[in-house]
Amino acid sequence: MSDTRTISLTLNGAAKTAETDVRVNLADFLRHSLEATGTHVGCEHGVCGACTVIVDGQPVRACLMLAVQADGSTVETVEGLATDGALSDLQAAFSRHHGLQCGFCTPGMLMTLHAFLKEVPNPSETEVREAISGNICRCTGYQGIVAAALDVAASRKGA
Amino acid sequence: MGARLFGASVQRLEDARLVTGRGRYVDDIHPAGVVHAAFVRSSLAHGLIQSIDTSVARTMPGVLAVYVMSDFAAFASGPLPQLAPHPLIQGPITYEPLASGEVRHVGEAIAMVLATSRAEAEDAAERINLDIEPLPVAADLAHALDPDAPKARSERADNRLATLKTAFGDVAGTFARADHVLKETFTVHRGGCHSMETRGVIATFDADDRRLEMWTSSQSPYLVRRNLASYFGLDESAVRVRAPDVGGGFGPKAAVYPEEAAVALAAMMTGKPVKWIEDRSEHFLATTQQRDQIWELEVAASNDGRLLGVRGRCLHDNGAYAPYGAILPATALGSFPGPYALEALDISIDIVLTNLVPTTPVRGASRPSVAFVLERLADRVARHLGLPREEIRRRSFIRVEQMPYVTGTKARDGSPISYDSGDYTAALNLVLDKIDADGFAARRAEAASRGKLLGLGLASCVEDTGLGPFEGATVRVSSRGRVIVTTGAASQGQGHQTTLAQIAADALGVSLENVSVEAADSGKFPLGISTIASRVAVTAGSSVELAAQQVRRKALKTASHLLEAAEDDLEIENGVVFVKGASDVKVTLATLAQSLAGTAGMRLPGGIEPDLAATAYFESTALTFAHGSNACEVEVDPETGDVRITRYVVAHDCGRLINPLIVDGQIRGGVIHGIGNALYERMIHDDQGQPLTATYADYLLPMASEMPNIEIYHLESPSPRNPLGVKGAGEGGTIPAAACVISAIEDAIGPGGTFLRHHPISFEEVAGLIDTRTI
Repeated sequence: MSDTRTISLTLNGAAKTAETDVRVNLADFLRHSLEATGTHVGCEHGVCGACTVIVDGQPVRACLMLAVQADGSTVETVEGLATDGALSDLQAAFSRHHGLQCGFCTPGMLMTLHAFLKEVPNPSETEVREAISGNICRCTGYQGIVAAALDVAASRKGA
Repeated sequence: MGARLFGASVQRLEDARLVTGRGRYVDDIHPAGVVHAAFVRSSLAHGLIQSIDTSVARTMPGVLAVYVMSDFAAFASGPLPQLAPHPLIQGPITYEPLASGEVRHVGEAIAMVLATSRAEAEDAAERINLDIEPLPVAADLAHALDPDAPKARSERADNRLATLKTAFGDVAGTFARADHVLKETFTVHRGGCHSMETRGVIATFDADDRRLEMWTSSQSPYLVRRNLASYFGLDESAVRVRAPDVGGGFGPKAAVYPEEAAVALAAMMTGKPVKWIEDRSEHFLATTQQRDQIWELEVAASNDGRLLGVRGRCLHDNGAYAPYGAILPATALGSFPGPYALEALDISIDIVLTNLVPTTPVRGASRPSVAFVLERLADRVARHLGLPREEIRRRSFIRVEQMPYVTGTKARDGSPISYDSGDYTAALNLVLDKIDADGFAARRAEAASRGKLLGLGLASCVEDTGLGPFEGATVRVSSRGRVIVTTGAASQGQGHQTTLAQIAADALGVSLENVSVEAADSGKFPLGISTIASRVAVTAGSSVELAAQQVRRKALKTASHLLEAAEDDLEIENGVVFVKGASDVKVTLATLAQSLAGTAGMRLPGGIEPDLAATAYFESTALTFAHGSNACEVEVDPETGDVRITRYVVAHDCGRLINPLIVDGQIRGGVIHGIGNALYERMIHDDQGQPLTATYADYLLPMASEMPNIEIYHLESPSPRNPLGVKGAGEGGTIPAAACVISAIEDAIGPGGTFLRHHPISFEEVAGLIDTRTI
């Protein structure tokens, strides 16, 4: 029961090491052991997407992945999106388009779209909606989130 | 003054924290030495607890304590106080913190484990053995009042908790004289809360001072304080309750819960900080829901399509407890007659006890349900008379020249309800114009050529907002010239930090960035009610306006003294008070605040009272009424019944808009919630009260891939009932949405099809309603 492992990973560019029970999922490890509470836990059964983080370049549900599976990995979370205190273009667009209200789903939405826009830099609205179809938002009706993603894609294209 | 912020779509002050992961929700707070709670819950919907064997659990790793109700005897016993007493409800029909005798729904908390980690607490909770003797289960609303129905609560004679009534006009005469009387039965189902943040609570207790401090993910921190202080016999001054960032509320987080009391008791017992974070499974089992109402109604109408009267009754599924009194069914009564100038009304609501989770308001409370039945009746009359649906409404609406319009119904305080302002027909005409109703026939023909059925839906509503009595506010200028707004009104994502700051910034001539809003901390502001019923813009917003204007007058008076200038000659811009036309004769708000903060041995300027601050409690003595009309188009696949909402247009009037960006967000989210109620969200229990849809694989929420864009058009009929002219906007999106979508599906199926009497409607049901031979 108290079987533990020492996990070392790179979190938003910084090396982190902490000991954890083997049964602890990545979301709880990030939140409790590494005190990175920006990642949120909404459903704990892999549907709501609030806990989405990027592990070795791929978006994953941190509630469905054990912390031990992330040993040696590079993990990106919402805390890593801004640079030197300046919001990323996606974060700024979320605010501009009112893509968040209570903010609880927001970290997962941001990380899902952060990864998606790298893969699909010029998406259609339908593609954006499909991309976040695994992230539940109860507040916004999604429209501001979709608009933010399309706005970012357009401005990156123009840049 | 500079450009006014009131009315501008400024970006939210909340956002920078929330998009960078610096939000601070209950589970992000870690008091030193905190221990974690897990609950053991009833697996039966109804039974008598015979024994609770905690012997193994107590020996498990990491376990500090295991509690059942009797363990709390030194601090508390019996059921929690009624949150909202109602004269017709003999009570209390409230929970004990932990059930000690009879359990009355699946998921009711019975025992509690404290451990050094949540995982260890859950491990131990699994090893607690419950012996519960099953009792017959009342799970069927339709038959729960039958003479031989099982009783949901053994101590009561039957399952009728109370019957609420409202009536006006000559009901018998109106129905006797009417050209047409139609009778219909509707079943309306609303789902659960499903805020993305579940509930959570942390409690600490200082045994020496007998001070209880809590953080709770609540819409009603002050009601939690009042309820628990009363229950524990503590003075309210010894209980501090804070709501930090809250990840959505939608109504159920307005109730006071037994877990809040149990966590507080565990802190009192141990002297340690105790945290409990609800998991999603518990959210399905123990957070209040809304579920079913069955409406049997008759409508009286004239040959020319005027709705004259409505009468009938409603069976309302209350669940097993009434933690929130009769607010949900009472809100149903208060939602009549909607936008219709009825001559007569007679409605009764039977509040029915069942062995299910209690029902309390979910976004819109009973207003969406009443909008659904009224809009369905209007469509039914249209069908019967062969008139367009919009014509029934135009001929039946309350007209703008009738404002203020006394409806005939009564508010919660017994005062007569009157609608204050609004042009309902204008909203209807606007939405029909914007969706291009005239071009619908051509679009329908085009869809038919692709083998699809296109339907146009229509629904209108009136929403009572600004429920009294108040949310107060203090506005204070700090010694650095910063404007600090403090209020009891809690936020769950509505953007109050921004909208309240806009109001204060305008009044005091400072920039938005120079205003901070601190809310929902009983240690910082003395009183509060709750963020419910689309009331905060009206109540807290008006209080901020009144307090900020008082501060402005005080600043001008103080500056007048310091600058030796007449008050009327002074202006405030960018935090500086100056003489008009002589802007170098000036003093900053910071200096004024410092001068009123006092210096040892020195007199205050001009004999003015200390503190550049003011507190106001705007009392909202009469509701203010928002309204709107929605129209949507759905495309139905006749083979699969798949319903795709292709357009959704809202014409909405919530008076003056403080921040259109935020209002639009409220409406959009609200509409999507209503679409969920129309098509997806279905909390199903079997005949033994066992929940069958307790994961997001079985209980479907609206997802981005299925949702339309929502087009919004505003009308602005200022409310004469508050200093800002505002009306609430939190629920106006949800209220007509299910009615609108169902109306569109019915229209898609065609005039010869079935009249739809319920929601949600599944795609399988839709497919079954379509006679594919005729397509």
